This record gives sequence, structure tokens and C-alpha cells, in this order.
Amino acid sequence: MSEESIISLKNVNKWFGDFHVLQDVNLEVKKKERIVVCGPSGSGKSTMIRCINRLEEHQEGSIVVDGIELTGNLKNIDNVRKEVGMVFQQFNLFPHLSVKENITLAPIWVKKMPKAEAEELAMRQLEIVKIPEQANKYPGQLSGGQQQRVAIARSLAMNPNIMLFDEPTSALDPEMIKEVLDVMVDLANGGMTMIVVTHEMGFAKTVADRMVFMDEGKIVEEASPDKFFNNPESDRTKLFLSQILHQ
Amino acid sequence: MNEMNEVRKPPVATTGIIGWLRINLFFNWTNSLITLFVIYCLYQFIPWILDWTIFSADFKYNYLGEQITNQEMCSRNLDPENGGACWAVIYVRFYQFIYGFYPKAEVWRVNVAYVMLALALLPLLYAKLPYRKYFLYFTYIFPVIAYFLLNGGLGFTEVSTNKWGGLLVTLVLGCTGIALAFPIGIMLALGRRSKLPVISMMCTLFIEFIRGVPLITLLFFGMVMLPLFLPEGIDMDGLIRVLVAVTLFQSAYMAEVIRGGLQAIPPGQYEAAKSLGMSYWRMNLLIILPQAIRISIPPIVNTSIGLFKDTTLVIIVGILDLLGIGRGTLADTNWLGLSYEIYFFVSLVFFIFTFGMSRYSLYLEKKLKTGINMGAD
Repeated sequence: MSEESIISLKNVNKWFGDFHVLQDVNLEVKKKERIVVCGPSGSGKSTMIRCINRLEEHQEGSIVVDGIELTGNLKNIDNVRKEVGMVFQQFNLFPHLSVKENITLAPIWVKKMPKAEAEELAMRQLEIVKIPEQANKYPGQLSGGQQQRVAIARSLAMNPNIMLFDEPTSALDPEMIKEVLDVMVDLANGGMTMIVVTHEMGFAKTVADRMVFMDEGKIVEEASPDKFFNNPESDRTKLFLSQILHQ
Repeated sequence: MNEMNEVRKPPVATTGIIGWLRINLFFNWTNSLITLFVIYCLYQFIPWILDWTIFSADFKYNYLGEQITNQEMCSRNLDPENGGACWAVIYVRFYQFIYGFYPKAEVWRVNVAYVMLALALLPLLYAKLPYRKYFLYFTYIFPVIAYFLLNGGLGFTEVSTNKWGGLLVTLVLGCTGIALAFPIGIMLALGRRSKLPVISMMCTLFIEFIRGVPLITLLFFGMVMLPLFLPEGIDMDGLIRVLVAVTLFQSAYMAEVIRGGLQAIPPGQYEAAKSLGMSYWRMNLLIILPQAIRISIPPIVNTSIGLFKDTTLVIIVGILDLLGIGRGTLADTNWLGLSYEIYFFVSLVFFIFTFGMSRYSLYLEKKLKTGINMGAD
């Protein structure tokens, strides 16, 4: 089982000061698997996925991504980050660069791709997220939904094997959520390994292979969507689901 | 309803010149009173200053038609009822004001350097300049050319820096100080924010020490102490010693200004850059610094203008910049008592340069603002 895993977290612990934010977290993710992580705020879900590309450091346990163990070794960190794309709640586009430059920047400077090739790639990615006409605008001129799609295109341009989504629709107006989720569904259908932190339960039901429910720094429940939504084991999960589904 | 609104025009009294006057100058009676008072003051002041500086002033000849060679020949000293400013002092001493005591035979080199400076600034001032790339290459090598041109070497006769003076020294100190302090300041700012404690501590110590000491002290330090640190036999040029002091001073201030800009960059920008696999240097050069410097343009120009004016302090270590030449002229018995004219002229020259810098910063701000919207939206 563990040989197939592309991501493997073993007994991961992390503290912010005295606050024990991740407590003995174990998670195995197989290639092409789509995981949706949910849980109340402060439960450590964002921190967990941020540990996977080392935006946060874990203090105990081991994290292995695509055969590379995350330690203080800078070279390993760089290699992992090349494999793992990430999409943030606040989009984090580079405001001083045009949409096209946002996408071509990393391929040109990190992968040493020739400029013309990178621009072609950028246009292909923008087609995938369905906004090629915005290529020459600046992020500040786009709507939230468009910005988030550019952010997805920017990550995809590095050709990652794994995509992490950290509440990608939480900062969006309701009418824009769908356009972003549609892009993510396409991506999932294309066979990308994905870990998505989200409260969009409709999305979870459609694409998730496995649901992970976290609370107070622990993984409380891991189950197939079917079991998770219809017949959860833990009371904490039941409570959470009843709150989130009755909104 | 909507159609009606479209054809309705705003009330006449709120638009056009009359509207503007009413809103801005005569909004209520206090406002009107202040407006009238200011108009009265301007009415008193403007004719007087124009008369003094231009209409009644001597430029080369006094009112008797004689060429002025000393202060006694100024119209206002011959006849206190007659005459305004005596600009002849500037005319006679113009060479010193612009070149100091640079040998006349070699002065073309300074002129070439001035023209080259203008050319080097051109691509920075106009982004749409044709062949801008080649002009920029010239900007990069200009300091080297200027060094040999002004100082000598490569076939040019050497002109010792103690013969330099006036605007030449002011520009050399100002431009070199600003140009060198900028990259050093960036490194110090990054260093101070570094996670490596030794680097961060060293940068912080340097910045706090330099900022905590008056520029005059640093100038004395450069003059007196710096030679002690050099191996015996090597004599460091006086102007270079001052330049080192000025550059260190300016880079500490620049570092703090840029650090302010760095702090305004949301952490998400770092995270996005890192998640794309960028190294520390790429992240800073491509993502963080361009944004941080953009935010810091007003304070960067502010400290640069400050430095440009502070270069006048070099007078206390015996280097004669523009103001120094002015004070020297005043001490000359031929031109005793013409302090108004001389200080007016020196102020005007400084104002032209600093005002230019301030306009340039506004232009940059406007140009770089296009489409930029910091933050999440």
C-alpha cells in the first residue's frame, strides 16, 4: 500500500508556540487520488497541506512526497515544490505582472524555458481555465473568480504531479464559486492527484475518492464520500456535517 | 426616469471656472476672507520680487553702463535708491560655481561628463525612448567613463580632486551617493529581515549605528579615521573618503525605507513564489523587490533629495561644493555683502535639481500604477 503512495505523512506533529496544531497526523495519498479535507476552522487542515510543500515546517514525524523526504535539505524542498502546485484562498497573484507574465514567470526562471515556449504554454493553460482573453490584463483588473483561475493556470504551468488547494473558493462571491469549481472538476477528471481543503460539499461528493475530516489537529475520520456523508462513524463528524449541510 | 437623468445637466454654478472659484476660493465668508488676504499678499510680493530679481537687477553692467568687477560697482551700492540684485557676481564667478578650480584647459572634460550624465539619465526618465536598451547599457558604464574623464588616466592628464568644486562636486557626491546607496540599501534591508541571525544582526547593527550618528560625524570619520584602516603607503583621495561616508550614510537610510516597503508585501506573495519553486534570490528579485520598491518610491525620493542637500555639509571637511564656492565668494573682499544674490542663486540651483527629482517620482508613481492593485482584490 505505502509503495504506491505519492504522499505519505507519518506521525506528523507541529506546534505554533504552545499550540499543538497537528497531532500525530497520518495520511497516505495514492497517485491520481482526490482527497477532500474538511473540518472546522482552526482544525489544522490548512497547516497540514502547507506542510506538504514545506510552507510550514513540521517538527516531528516524516513527510515523503514522490519519494523525497522533506527535511531541512533545501534541494529536496525545491524538488518537492517543483512537483507540487498550490492554490491559495487569497489567490496570491503577482499584482505587478500581467496575467501572462504571472504564468510564464516560473517556467522561464525556474525551468529555464525559452520565453516564446513559455508564452505558448501560458496561453494553453489559460484556455484550460477558460480565460485566454484576459492574458494581457493585470490581476487587479480581474474578478475574484478569474483571478483564482489564473492562479490555477499559473500552478499548472509548472506541470506538477500533485495539486494542493487551500480553501480555493472561500474568498469568492457565490456566483464565482462555480466557475472555479468547474475548472477543478476538469482537472480531477484529467487524473491529477489533488488534496483539496474546502467546505464545498457538492464538489466533494462529485470528485472526492476519499474524505478526510479533521478536528483539533487530528484526523478524526477518513472514509469514502458515500460512507462519510451517509453513515459517518464519529459523533464529531455528524455534528460538523449537520452544521455545514443545513446552512 | 433614467432617460430624464441623462439629459439633465449639473447646476451651472458648480461647474466651469465660476463653479471652481465658488467651491474652492469663496465657499463661505472665512474662505473668501482668506482668499482675499492671500491675493493681497501676492499683489505686494510678486511685483517686488520680479523687480528685485529681474527689472532693476544688474546682470553684467551697472546702471551707468560699466562692466561690474566688484561689489562697489553694483548699482545698489552706488545708489541705494536704484537697483535690485547684482547678478554680476554670479556672472563673474560662474566658472567656479560650475567647475570649481578645474583647470581651464581640461574643462571640456567636465562639460562632456555633464552631457553624458544627461544622456545616462535619459533612458531612466523616458521609458518610451527609442533604442532604450542601448542607452541603458551606456547608463551602466557611464560611472566608469566619468571617473576616467574627470579624474584622469587612460591618456587624460590627472586632475586632482582638490581642484574640483562647485556644481561638479555637488553632482558627483549626490549622484554617486544615491546610485551606490540604492543597491547597498536593498542588500541591507534584505539582510536585516534575513532568518539567519548573524546576517540579520550585522545588518541591524550597521544600520542603527550609521543612522544614530550625524552625517557630519561620518564625514570627519571618513576624513580622519578611514586612512588609519588602510595599509601604509596607500593614500586615499579626499573626495573618495567623503564619498564613502556619504554612501554609507545614505545606504542606511535607504535600507530602512526599502524595509518599510518589504514589510508591506503580504506573506501570500512569498508563499506563492515559494510554492512555484523559486529560490530566495529569484523570489526577491522578481516578485518581492519590484513591488516593495514601487511602494517605497516616495520615501526613496525623499531621502535622495535629503542626501542631495546634505552634500553641502562637505564644506566642513574642506571640500568646496556649490554652497562652499558661494561662501568662498562671499569671503572675497571684492564681493563682500552680496549674500542675497549668492544664496538666492545657490538655492535656485538646488531647487531645480530637487524639484526635478520630485517631479520624476510623481511621474514614476503614475506610470507604475497602471493596473496595479495590491492586496486580494
